[in-house]
Parts: sequence; structure tokens; C-alpha cells
Amino acid sequence: MNSEILSFENVTFTYNAEDGPVRPAVADVSFSIQQGEWIALVGHNGSGKSTIAKLMNGLLFPNKGKVKVFGQEMSEETLWDIRSDLGMVFQNPDNQFVGATVQDDVAFALENNGVPHAVMVERVHEALSQVKMEDYKDHEPHHLSGGQKQRVAIAGALAMRPKLLILDEATSMLDPQGRMEVIETIRRLRESTGLTVISITHDLEEAALAERIIVMNLGQKNMEGTPAAVFSQGSKLTDMGLDLPFAMRMTHLLQEAGVGLQEEHMTEDKLVDELWKYYSKA
Amino acid sequence: MEILLKGVGYSYAKDTPFEKRALTDVDLHIPSGSYTAIIGHTGSGKSTVLQHLNALLKPTEGVVMIGDRKIEAGVKAKDLRNVRRQVGIVFQFPEQQLFDETVLKDIMFGPLNFGVPEKEAERRARELVVQLGLPEGVLDKSPFDLSGGQMRRVAIAGVLAMEPEVLVLDEPTAGLDPRGRREIMDLFHELHITKNLTTVLVTHSMEDAARYADRIAIMHKGRCVVTGEPKAIFSNEEQLQDYSLQPPRSVRLQRDFEERTGLKLGEVSLTEEVLAKNIALAMADGGGSL
Repeated sequence: MNSEILSFENVTFTYNAEDGPVRPAVADVSFSIQQGEWIALVGHNGSGKSTIAKLMNGLLFPNKGKVKVFGQEMSEETLWDIRSDLGMVFQNPDNQFVGATVQDDVAFALENNGVPHAVMVERVHEALSQVKMEDYKDHEPHHLSGGQKQRVAIAGALAMRPKLLILDEATSMLDPQGRMEVIETIRRLRESTGLTVISITHDLEEAALAERIIVMNLGQKNMEGTPAAVFSQGSKLTDMGLDLPFAMRMTHLLQEAGVGLQEEHMTEDKLVDELWKYYSKA
Repeated sequence: MEILLKGVGYSYAKDTPFEKRALTDVDLHIPSGSYTAIIGHTGSGKSTVLQHLNALLKPTEGVVMIGDRKIEAGVKAKDLRNVRRQVGIVFQFPEQQLFDETVLKDIMFGPLNFGVPEKEAERRARELVVQLGLPEGVLDKSPFDLSGGQMRRVAIAGVLAMEPEVLVLDEPTAGLDPRGRREIMDLFHELHITKNLTTVLVTHSMEDAARYADRIAIMHKGRCVVTGEPKAIFSNEEQLQDYSLQPPRSVRLQRDFEERTGLKLGEVSLTEEVLAKNIALAMADGGGSL
């Protein structure tokens, strides 16, 4: 049986509502996320993604509707309780370090929460091994690459044993290699722990790996479904300023160029496969 | 305007215990009117090179020629205003540098600082706002009330308002969504052509380097190790790997396709569109003969 871990019920939020009528940043949005899911929340710049992230961890509260996390409605009273089970990793790898070494940094939140030393050592070790950064435990965080920094930030969140991990554009400032490292880390984590992950992103290659995608446009939820179902909407996504995964763009370009491909492909391997079959039959 | 780096070395915090060498013996020629992409792994020295292009950093060894202005290691360089005006740099996340009350004032700040008359500075600002696809009403707004993508465009307009001859772009699309990325890169390409600019793009995106540049320079461990045309650079996968780089996705897919089908596409496909055409052609020619 699935159990709900987070939900939005008809949530509306408007910035600076007192300056007169402006478009709500988030307008009447509802969705529900079950324990153990990997959800990608995608949308163009200004679609409301980041506002949703802030509503999820209680940096903002809805003007209308309800945000429920771990069965509790987000409010001034419940916020600290909720946050203790919620790990977040932000966009800029340079803005989230406090410790002088990698392990100090990962231990920071544990120490703040009065976790006994022996438990702390064990948790830090475990979290660093989950992101494959154990060898760097005595390094200074500033000297790591962007991808390594984000993996340490993930370890910092994991050390608190969260029920939910939210990645707010955690790969958008990284180089391609760093992005791969982080995505690979999330994938491994999901396999080994089944942790619930919400990744807020406009990288469609990253979104393609999730189990379910929620597409935001102009503050509203525009689509929701499996990557295959969402990407099959093709031009609807590109009209919203988003993109398709590379293999799908290539499939469409090849079809336009007169290659009679029958299927939509989300990976390059499958695309090359069909091209080969098509060619050898021709 | 051409830029030439000859035997350039640079150490941060030189002659201190924290001295850190960033560049070693860099030779790099950026011909006038070229669109050069500088690529390289994180930490390869790309950003340090970039800051030499308008003398924000001065070489600790060697010579940098910016047009006919010579910046030489060990020689004090005076009055660099002209160099700074001629070579405009759009830094990463340039919107973080916006500061003025209104968009109009922010864009006019640079030219006014360089002695452009107020009327002319305003004319440029009005024209650029339209060119960059911003709504005209934006001029009287505070830059901080704009969306991230719009703020980025305002910051870029501020650099263009100085009418530079060389435009240097440091990861100009980082953090933008796919459409914003494409629009900004297309805009730079258009400006490159219509304004006869010399453009230098520092990027992690092999796809952008392949699509827009006519010359590529690879930085590796503080040295400029290879320069050449995109087709030559991106068809040499082994060499790229030596420098921890990968070819663009279209080139990788072409390789997989050729290996799988045994067909050869002839030239290397630098963009998705070209690859699709080349595959369609090869299948039409070769298909059916099996």
C-alpha cells in the first residue's frame, strides 16, 4: 500500500498581493506524492517551480489551499517538525557549506540537533558512502568540483535520515560531468534506499529518469504523468519553453527528414536500434 | 578586433605562500571577426584566460595584445578604459550585477561612465531593449521586479550598450530554461553577424560550441592545448577524452549509428539537424541494397 508523503490541495500563492492584481505565482495547484516515488517537477523559468519548493518546506505559506507534508498541514506550528524529516539541496553549490571539512559539514545539522557523538560518526560515514565521497571526508569543501559539492550537500541532507529529499535545481549550475555524477547518485540512492525524491528541474534528461513528471506552466499544473506519456505531448512541451530529451528530438527530426521511424524513443540506444532494424529491412 | 596571447602565464597571489598557478605558456590567437569557443574541463583555466581578454587580469608572464594595445608582464598598464570599452564581458549570472533604480538607468550606466552623451546612451538603451526581445514598458521598472530571464537580458543589454567590438561570454545561458537558452544563443549569433563582432564563448556545452563557433580552443591544466575548426576538433574523440571532454551528442549518436549499421555518413554532424539529414541521405542511398 502506498502512503501519501506530500500533497498540495488547491494551492494558490501570489507575491506582493498588496500592490494590486498580479498573476499568482502558483494558481490552484493540486497533486499528491506517495512514499517511495521519484517525482520530477519541471517548468520554464517563472513557471512557479521555485515557489512550489518554498511552499513545500514552509518558507512560504499558501494564500489559499493546503500543503500537507507527512500527514500534517504546513503551518507556523508544524513547520519545524516537518523540516526535521525533510532534506533539501539547493541550486548553488557554493552557498550551502558551513564546515571546514567535508565531514564537519555533513555533521553540522546532526550536531545542531544534539545527536550523540558516536551516532553522529556513524551517520556521517554512512551518508558519505551513499554519495561515494568517503575518500574526501577530510577535504575542504571549497576545493571540490561542483558535482562533488552537490554530492556532499546531498550527504548532509541524508545524514538527517529524511523521509523526503527535495532537489531544487540542484544540477542546473553544474558542468555536464557534475550533472551526471549527481543524477547517478540519486539513481543509486533510490535503488538502495527507496527514498522519496522530488527533483525540481528544467533538465529534461534528468526528468526522463523519474517515475512521474509534473509539468508547471504560468503557475498552473499543466500535465502530470509518466515520462513517456508527458514527452509524447511533444510540441505542447516545446511551446511552453521546455524541451524534449535528445533521442526524441532526433526521432522527430529524422521523421521530418523522411526516415519512417514508427516509435518514439527516449534513449539513444533504442533509437539506434530502430534505425538499424529499419535499415536492414529496407 | 583581434586578440593575441603569447606565452601567457598567470599565478594567483603571486609571491605569497598561497601562490597558485592557473595558466602556463598560453598561446591563443582570436582573429578579428571570429566566433571562438573556449572549452575545457572545470578548473582548466578557461575563466582565467577570459579575464585576460580585457586586462581584468594582467599576465604574470608573457604578452597579451588587445587590438593594438599591448599588456606585458612586469610592465605597468595605464589607462585601460579603452580596452574595457572595446572588449565587453558578459559574466556568469550577470543579473547579479544589476543595481540601479530602473532598467533604463542600469543600461545607460556603462556608456555614461565612458563619456557617451546622455541622449545617445538613452537611444542605445531603448534600441537594445527591443533587440533583446524585452517589452518596452520594462525601461521604467526596477530591474529587481523582472523575471530571471528578463534580468539576464537587461544585464546583457548593459554590456552591449557600450558598443564593444569584442564580446566575451562566460556561460551566458547557465540556469536558463531550454527555450531561454536557445533564444539567447541565437541572439548572440545574430549580433555577431550584424554588428561584425569578434565573439568569444566560454562554455561547458559542446553542443553550443559545435553549433555556433567557427573556431575552438581547448584548455587543459592551464594550457591551451589545441585550437582548430569545430569539425576537426569534434571528430577526434580520443583527443577530447585526453582532456576529459566528450563530443557533442549529435557526434556521439552519429558514431553509434555508424558502428551499428556499418554506414558511413562522411562528415561529422555538428548539429542535430545536420545529423538527421545525413542519416536520411545515407539510408536512402544505402538502404535496400542489403
